[in-house]
Amino acid sequence: MSGVQRRADWTGGEPAIVYQHCEACGHVQYFRKAFCESCGAPEPAVKQASGKGVVYATSLVMRAATPETRAHVPYNIVLVDAAEGFRMMAHGDRDLAIGDAVTVRFERFTDRLIPFFQKSK
Amino acid sequence: MSFITGVGLTSYGKHEGKSTLDLMSEAAALAITDAGLKRGEIDGILCGYSTTMPHIMLATVFAEHFGIRPAYCHAVQVGGATGMAMMMLAHHVAEAGLARHVLVVGGENRLTGQSRDASIQALAQVGHPAYEVPLGPTIPAYYGLVASRYMHEFGVTEEDLAEFAVLMRAHAVTHPGAQFRDKITVADVMASKPVASPLKLLDCCPVSDGGAAMVISREPTTDVAIRIAGCAQAHTHQHVTMIPAFDDMGAAISLGRAKAASGMDVGQVRYAGIYDSFTITLAMLLEELGLAARGAAAAMVRSGHFGRDSAVPLNTHGGLLSYGHCGVGGAMAHVVETHLQMTARAGDRQIQHDIPVALLHGDGGVLSSHVSMFLERVR
Repeated sequence: MSGVQRRADWTGGEPAIVYQHCEACGHVQYFRKAFCESCGAPEPAVKQASGKGVVYATSLVMRAATPETRAHVPYNIVLVDAAEGFRMMAHGDRDLAIGDAVTVRFERFTDRLIPFFQKSK
Repeated sequence: MSFITGVGLTSYGKHEGKSTLDLMSEAAALAITDAGLKRGEIDGILCGYSTTMPHIMLATVFAEHFGIRPAYCHAVQVGGATGMAMMMLAHHVAEAGLARHVLVVGGENRLTGQSRDASIQALAQVGHPAYEVPLGPTIPAYYGLVASRYMHEFGVTEEDLAEFAVLMRAHAVTHPGAQFRDKITVADVMASKPVASPLKLLDCCPVSDGGAAMVISREPTTDVAIRIAGCAQAHTHQHVTMIPAFDDMGAAISLGRAKAASGMDVGQVRYAGIYDSFTITLAMLLEELGLAARGAAAAMVRSGHFGRDSAVPLNTHGGLLSYGHCGVGGAMAHVVETHLQMTARAGDRQIQHDIPVALLHGDGGVLSSHVSMFLERVR
C-alpha cells in the first residue's frame, strides 16, 4: 500500500493531518518515518486524523524572526493533543485556552498551508 | 578524580570587531593563567560551536590558532548544555588519563557578528524542519508553550516568573562584566515588550558576545582544589512537540544520576549555578532539581531565597538573563562564578558562608538535554 504510505498532508501542501499507527505495538506517532519510533517495526500505517483535539499549550508570537513571518504577527502557536493520541504544533485562534476542545481548518501562513485550530462548535 | 583548576571569563555584551576565535582565545588565556599553567601544558581541548563561525572542525581550528597541539581534541554540540557536557567529558577524559589538563572553551560574537534576526532565526532551527519550523516559531515561542502549560498545571503566574528576572538583574548589578546592570522591578518585567506569551522581553536572556573557559585537570594545580564530585546527563526528546509530561522530565533524571555518581544530595548544596535562558527555565529547573517545591520557586525568591545572603545563592553573576548569553559560553559563566565563589575570589560579590558543595545544571534545546554536576571543595 505504498500509495497510502505517501498520503499527503499539510507539510506537503494538502489540507490534511496524517499520523502513523504501528500495528505491531499500537504506538501512535506524528513525525512521519519509515519505522515505529517505539518498537522499530517497519512501515507503520499512515492514517488521516479527524482534525479534532484538545489544546495542550499556547504561545502568542509577537516578535517574529523573518520578514515573511513578521507580516503575520501576532500569531498564536498551539500544541494540540489530537483525538487519535498524538500531539502536534499548529496555529490557532487567539482566544484559545488550555483544555479547549478544538477543530482544525487550514490557513495560509507565509507561502504555506498550515493547520489552524478553532474552538469546536 | 578531576579538578577545575582554572577559570576565565570575558565581559558579556558587545565586543565590536572581535571574532569567535578572539573571544575563545581571550577566555582560554585567562583560564590557563588562573590554573597557573603554561599554554604548552594543555594537552586536551574541548570546544563547542559558533553560529557566526560554523565549522566542521572548530576544535582543531582553535587549537592551531591558539598554538596548541593537543593529544585529545574535538567539538561537542548539545545546545545550551554544551558547556556542562564538555566539562563532564573533560572530567572523564582526565580521569581516564587521556589528558592531564583539558581546556574547555566557548566563545562567540553572537551579538555583533550577525543581525539579531539572523541569530533568532538560526536558533529557531532546533525546531522540527517539517512539522514545527514552517509554523514560524521562535525559541521564546517554544519556551512560551512550555511556560503556558507549566503555569496552567502548577498555578504559576507571570508575576511569579518576573521574580527570577529581577533576582538575576539584582545579581548582575554588582558584576562589572554583566551585559545589563540597571536594577529592574517586577513592574518593569511586566511592562516589557511582549515576545511570545507569556514571555516578555525581560523574561528572555539577551544575545551577547563573550567567551568563557576552564581547565579540568587530573591533579590540583593551585592552593585550592575544586573537585568534580560527580555528573550525569539525561536526554528525553529534541522537539517541543515531543516534550514529556512534567513528572517525567530530564532535569530530575539527570540529577538522580548525578547524585548516584557523586554520592551527594541537594541538601548539601550551598551554591547553585542553574541554566536560565528564560525565567520559566529557571523556575522549572529549580523545582525539578528539588531546590524548590513544585510551583513554589517564585514564592521562595520573594522571601529572600536564592539571593547572595541566602542559604543557597543562585547565579550570583546575573545568569544568562542579565550577565548574558553568547551561546556555548553562556552557561559556562555560571561555572566560572561558582568557582570564584567556592574559592572565595568573588570580590564584592563574595558570599559570606562557606561553600563546600555546589550544584550546576545545564539545559539544551527545549528542556531536551540536561547535564547535572556536583562540585566539592576539597582544600
